[in-house]
Amino acid sequence: MPKDNGIGASPKRREDVRFLTGAGNYTDDINVNGQAYVHFLRADVAHATINSIDTSAAETMPGVVKIFTGADFAEVGGIPCGWGVTDRHGNPQQEPRHPIIAHDTIRHVGEIVAAVVADTLEQARDAAEAIDLDLSDKPAVVDMTKALADGSPKVHEDLSSNLCYDWVFGNPDDDAVQAAFDSAAHVTTLELVNNRLVANPMEPRVAIGDYSRGTDEYTLHTTSQNPHVIRLLMCAFVLGLPEHKVRVIAPDVGGGFGSKIFHYAEEAFCTFAAKACGRAVKWTSTRAEAFISDAHGRDHVTKIELALDADNNFTALRTNTMANMGAYLSTFSTSVPSYLHGTLMAGNYKTPIVQVNVKTVFTNTVPVDAYRGAGRPEATYQLERVIDKAARELDADPIALRRQNFITEFPYETPVALTYDTGDYVATMDKLEQVADLAGFAARRAESEKNGKLRGFGVNCYIEACGIAPSNIVGMLGARAGLYDAATVRVNATGTISVFVGAHSHGQGHETSFPQVVADMIGIDEGMVDIVHGDTGRVPFGMGTYGSRSIAVCGSAMVRATEKIIAKAKKIAAHLMEASDADIELKDGQFTVAGTDKSVAWGDVCLTAYVPHNYPLEELEPGLEETAFYDPANFTYPAGAYACEVEVDPDTGKVTIERFSAADDFGNIINPMIVDGQVHGGLGQGIGQALLENAAYDEDGQLLSASYMDYAMPRADDVPFYQVDHSCQTPCTHNPLGVKGCGEAGAIGSPPAVVNAVIDALQSGGKNVTHIDMPLSPPRVWAAMNG
Amino acid sequence: MYEFEFVKPATVAEAVAALAEEDAQALGGGQTLIPTLKQRLAMPSKLVSLTGIPQLKEIGDNDGVLTIGGAVTHAAVAEAAADSYPALADLASHIGDPAVRNRGTIGGSLANNDPAACYPAAALGSGATIVTNRREITADEYFRGLFETALEEGEIITAVRFPVPEKANYQKFLQPASRFALVGVFVAKYAAGVRVAVTGASEEGVFRWREAEAALDASFAPDALDGHSVDAAGMIGDLHGTREYRAHLVKVMAKRAVAAA
Amino acid sequence: MAKVSMTVNGKAASGEVEGRTLLSSFLRDTLRLTGTHVGCDTSQCGACVVHVDGKAVKSCTMLALEAEGAEVATIEGQANADGSLNVIQQAFQDHHGLQCGFCTPGMVMSAAALLKDNPKPSEQEVRDYLEGNLCRCTGYHNIVKAIMAASGQDVSSIAAE
Repeated sequence: MPKDNGIGASPKRREDVRFLTGAGNYTDDINVNGQAYVHFLRADVAHATINSIDTSAAETMPGVVKIFTGADFAEVGGIPCGWGVTDRHGNPQQEPRHPIIAHDTIRHVGEIVAAVVADTLEQARDAAEAIDLDLSDKPAVVDMTKALADGSPKVHEDLSSNLCYDWVFGNPDDDAVQAAFDSAAHVTTLELVNNRLVANPMEPRVAIGDYSRGTDEYTLHTTSQNPHVIRLLMCAFVLGLPEHKVRVIAPDVGGGFGSKIFHYAEEAFCTFAAKACGRAVKWTSTRAEAFISDAHGRDHVTKIELALDADNNFTALRTNTMANMGAYLSTFSTSVPSYLHGTLMAGNYKTPIVQVNVKTVFTNTVPVDAYRGAGRPEATYQLERVIDKAARELDADPIALRRQNFITEFPYETPVALTYDTGDYVATMDKLEQVADLAGFAARRAESEKNGKLRGFGVNCYIEACGIAPSNIVGMLGARAGLYDAATVRVNATGTISVFVGAHSHGQGHETSFPQVVADMIGIDEGMVDIVHGDTGRVPFGMGTYGSRSIAVCGSAMVRATEKIIAKAKKIAAHLMEASDADIELKDGQFTVAGTDKSVAWGDVCLTAYVPHNYPLEELEPGLEETAFYDPANFTYPAGAYACEVEVDPDTGKVTIERFSAADDFGNIINPMIVDGQVHGGLGQGIGQALLENAAYDEDGQLLSASYMDYAMPRADDVPFYQVDHSCQTPCTHNPLGVKGCGEAGAIGSPPAVVNAVIDALQSGGKNVTHIDMPLSPPRVWAAMNG
Repeated sequence: MYEFEFVKPATVAEAVAALAEEDAQALGGGQTLIPTLKQRLAMPSKLVSLTGIPQLKEIGDNDGVLTIGGAVTHAAVAEAAADSYPALADLASHIGDPAVRNRGTIGGSLANNDPAACYPAAALGSGATIVTNRREITADEYFRGLFETALEEGEIITAVRFPVPEKANYQKFLQPASRFALVGVFVAKYAAGVRVAVTGASEEGVFRWREAEAALDASFAPDALDGHSVDAAGMIGDLHGTREYRAHLVKVMAKRAVAAA
Repeated sequence: MAKVSMTVNGKAASGEVEGRTLLSSFLRDTLRLTGTHVGCDTSQCGACVVHVDGKAVKSCTMLALEAEGAEVATIEGQANADGSLNVIQQAFQDHHGLQCGFCTPGMVMSAAALLKDNPKPSEQEVRDYLEGNLCRCTGYHNIVKAIMAASGQDVSSIAAE
């Protein structure tokens, strides 16, 4: 029976009411008295020397408050990179300065060249057109192979080359790895592109900086997934402000998908300019700006080789990847192709030898950073494509080949540094075959063929590492931050509870699911519990929401804080009932003395904590508020198996997704409805990557798909209803809720299934097509069929 | 957007007078013009709305000719032509999305002549007559290449007259991002002959595929197009499809249109 | 500047606007009805959909002065008279048809326009009608399901909520 409250129930989302009635409070809905508006003059060339910027005419235009150029930020720090990767020779990554406003050089289309603050936005735009820029164009570097070639123009003249780092992971012994390939019965090789994407949350970014002269305090309203991280980076590395004088508020945020993790120039600018202008400064991104200023995602080019023995056991895996960093290092950019990618290359399989080689490359393009899945989709895509290709080459069943190589014993130490604590890949594959109705596929294919269409079935597995931690390990790997989280549980005198959490909810439904946990632990109505998030002025601390970490890390902190509350409340109850606190039991919001009928209600204990007339003041402080910081012992490892069924129109190459099925193991689940929704959303984005989305540059560094006219977003008629199952549950062994996280699985696990299905369809039509790079757009599929 | 004056006249004469001002521009439903203005790609001094002129919203059906006022929305055409000219109604009901169809107008679309728009294919494929405040222009005379038409300064489309064919159909293959036509083919069979108009594909904008017309005059069947093809050389090649792919699609869509007509 | 007057959610509303003021700006900035969102500049995302004289339009692609004298309905006016969610809003909540909420006002307004014309749409009709409404969170599954449920159709056989 589904539960109707507490952990495992699916109460309707409480946040929905405000969103459904137009009462949400997104950043652009906020206006500060007397605010001015900034328009950023952005580079329209990819690479140029700035000879001079003449703002004199613009400064006299109506409404202009102040115009800023790179010179105004000469004394201000650059935007920091939050992860330092050490290369194969023990050297640090090359790390260029990342200015708020371009100083002497423009390095990508969209980079800020000047900022005009005016009374109205249109006045700011008018004045920006009057700025006289004297530029000398330089050759743009766009293609990664060319960028690494000798003699290539450099994106950063002060660096030795366009190579950020050359990294090896897993088995670093080239000879040993080569020996494994030399002795293999079969080697499958595949070269592929993980296409560059733009995250495109529906809410464009917004920043409003405000400064109070009276208190010397700053307030930044911003569209962020992690306001505390923004405050830390902006204060400590960019503006040099005392953190306690800066409040960062991320109110309702309209989706992030990674792109709102990072600290952006516009946030620092608005904060800085508010003081410089003596009034609040507001920036609202247009969608056109978003395409050339939000960090992009993916953009890997990979050669992967899989060695198998005569019995089709995987014996070795070797990858060579180039990953695009863009022109500058965004906040977590360097961690994505390294530790968030290399550590996942073992996948769900017991391949004994794995070697991962990654070169990260600077180009004259928008910075690239984490996008839903971040490194793990890139790992999954390569691995699950090469396995499918191997199965075809060996005439093996792709599901049987996977099953044969599954890791089946846990804990399992991979050759790429992770220890999977638990999982059951056989169970999720069994479930998938059932959910996807594999048995009925042959009949469906026959039906499609009758209609002149090719039908294909593609499957893949995935594993992801979520809730990245523990801090001491990730610190050794180069993280320049801790990856714990925090929660404060504040019980009011009347028994209602505010939980201040460091995770940020921008679609994940925390306002509903987090109270389910606290209410369940105490045994009170969920309506008595609210969470507070997204405001450094209210929430003590937190690292924010990304990497599917919210419930696994912040939720664990919340559990620990709630446990402290319960422990203290039991002492108060024990005092009230003149019993030992060891004998106090809490159930359904009632404290009872074990073995007696003596009880006291939750509300009475809470009131006593704040009105301590009958209270052990010599042993206990009054009040009922506890904080916990939680640093996980390990990652969590959601895993599963996905299947896609497509139809291909042989006349046009158009691919239609007919069915998509997912069998996930997320461990324990707090709110099944929300979990399903997270998977659906990930699938939509994964299908988008596989069939539609492509951030394409021309060789001059102009983004060709720079609006929704050319960047194909998945629409309702591009996707089917999804079959989603998460009944396979192996609870996480090291966090108190046994949860693993579910936010990215859909995006990680779906692209290879789609591509595998299309290849299967084409092969069924007698076409010897073994690979097509994403997106599998009609012209690409048609060209492959007729190639 | 740059600043501009907005006027909304009630008659064609007032609109024409307002458009006499230098840099004045007519505004239909604005579904293309307003996004263009937002990007500051146009700088009109005055916008003259044509949506408040009752004459431009009239629809008439006489003697096998469907006459649609220049300011009639796509949604209204979809409704009004459903019985009299179903192929045209179907085309109108698939332009943009429902909200766009409630504002966008036939006159605005034809005046803009986007190379990937649907209405140019219908007008050219039907041998329609573009009626302006000054004259009547045949569709064959009207379209002059990408975003170019026979319209002169201050000339506005008051109506479009579509001769209703014996049968017709429009097949559109979507550009996946914009959802404009990557290739759209309008086929119409008249007593006087078959017309085939292609949008989305050519660097010259909407065009008649005369070779296909001749083949279909001989036999109005999909197979009649076997052995015929358009030359890839003049096709658009871009992010969304090569020249060869577009040339291929022209034939596929043409055959499908014939089959569905 | 010119004066514009219209009826918004049943109440008279007026204000001073420029020729270039968009209906979306008038609603958001002048009337402070910030439930109507702006998510793109090319008239594709549909977060700004409102009804003008009963028809769904993209308020970011319509000048405020074009709505002179019109009846405008926005998300703020959709709830029942007692403040409870209307049938469509309730279906979105019941079926988890929203996540971040940013596209939601446009989705609800488009859904209302669809159901007015087509009270029992098929799955394909719902998907086709949403061509001009982008959502990045839900993969559309629960939006389509919610709209079908709001039309009174049994959606219990559709896979997981």
